[in-house]
Amino acid sequence: MDINEIIKPENCVYHRPKLLNDVHMHYCPGCSHGVVHKLIAEVLEEIGQEETAIGVAPVGCAVFAYNYIDIDWIEAAHGRAPAIATAVKRLMPDKLVFTYQGDGDLAAIGTCETIHAANRGENIAIIFINNAIYGMTGGQMAPTTLLGMKTATTPYGRRADLNGYPLKIGDLVAQLDGTCYVTRQSVHTPAAVRKAKAAIKKAFENSLAKKGTSFVEIVSTCNSGWKLTPAQSNEWMVQNMFAKYPIGDLKNV
Amino acid sequence: MAKFKGAVVVNEKNCKGCELCVKACPCDVLALDANEVNDRGYHYALMRNPEACIGCGSCAMVCPDACIEVYKVKLEN
Repeated sequence: MDINEIIKPENCVYHRPKLLNDVHMHYCPGCSHGVVHKLIAEVLEEIGQEETAIGVAPVGCAVFAYNYIDIDWIEAAHGRAPAIATAVKRLMPDKLVFTYQGDGDLAAIGTCETIHAANRGENIAIIFINNAIYGMTGGQMAPTTLLGMKTATTPYGRRADLNGYPLKIGDLVAQLDGTCYVTRQSVHTPAAVRKAKAAIKKAFENSLAKKGTSFVEIVSTCNSGWKLTPAQSNEWMVQNMFAKYPIGDLKNV
Repeated sequence: MAKFKGAVVVNEKNCKGCELCVKACPCDVLALDANEVNDRGYHYALMRNPEACIGCGSCAMVCPDACIEVYKVKLEN
């Protein structure tokens, strides 16, 4: 069969979501952020919440998220996205409110806001990209950096006696009574992408149904920060990150 | 068993040549163009082996820049 006979609009089974703006994303080649942006756009289209969704963008690599997904956004100060989302959701309870944060934003400077928003049981969804490094500023150690992992500020590897231990903030948040759904996913294979999409969909539905705080951690890669190719980063993530951050639901009530 | 024939269209302008689609393809269809680059200097992905494509969409699903469209038809016996 000729290829031009296949490439017709009626045969299209997968295309770029309409909510994703047709612009060049500033992310490095192979960055997990792009996949998660795509999943958020797909889920919002599927549940028909394009007009009611309000996202809160972080400081970090995803700071320009508002340029890429065509919904309403607010840009928060560093780490304060859950606090902004709290205000938005309380003032407009019928909106779908979510934050999109990295580990430097959510698990370092924003730990206080994250834990207290989750403890209050705010009806928001938190999308947490955990790549164990500060990507935008040049690959410094984050609280989530693994022991022994080399970064710009731990050139001989992270040491527990000097730098402390990796922070499993997903497990911390799961202990709180305010959260209704805490899960850890990844986007390195097609199967993982499908599961991550289902998790994001559930979190968004929980926000609309006012069931409490939903927390979706995506274990991600930072190939520039890790000094690996995108494919090698995925392998490194499977071998090292999943031991400390195992994939699966931590809480589902 | 019904057989499917697929094809993908890569947005060459947005492709960053990360090669994740090449690794994700179960049928070894995709490859990076070894000679040509796009405006930003990336070797973009293309169908090296179009006959083998089954339209499963694995490449499009893992593409971080959402630059792959997938088309699929069911073959009549």
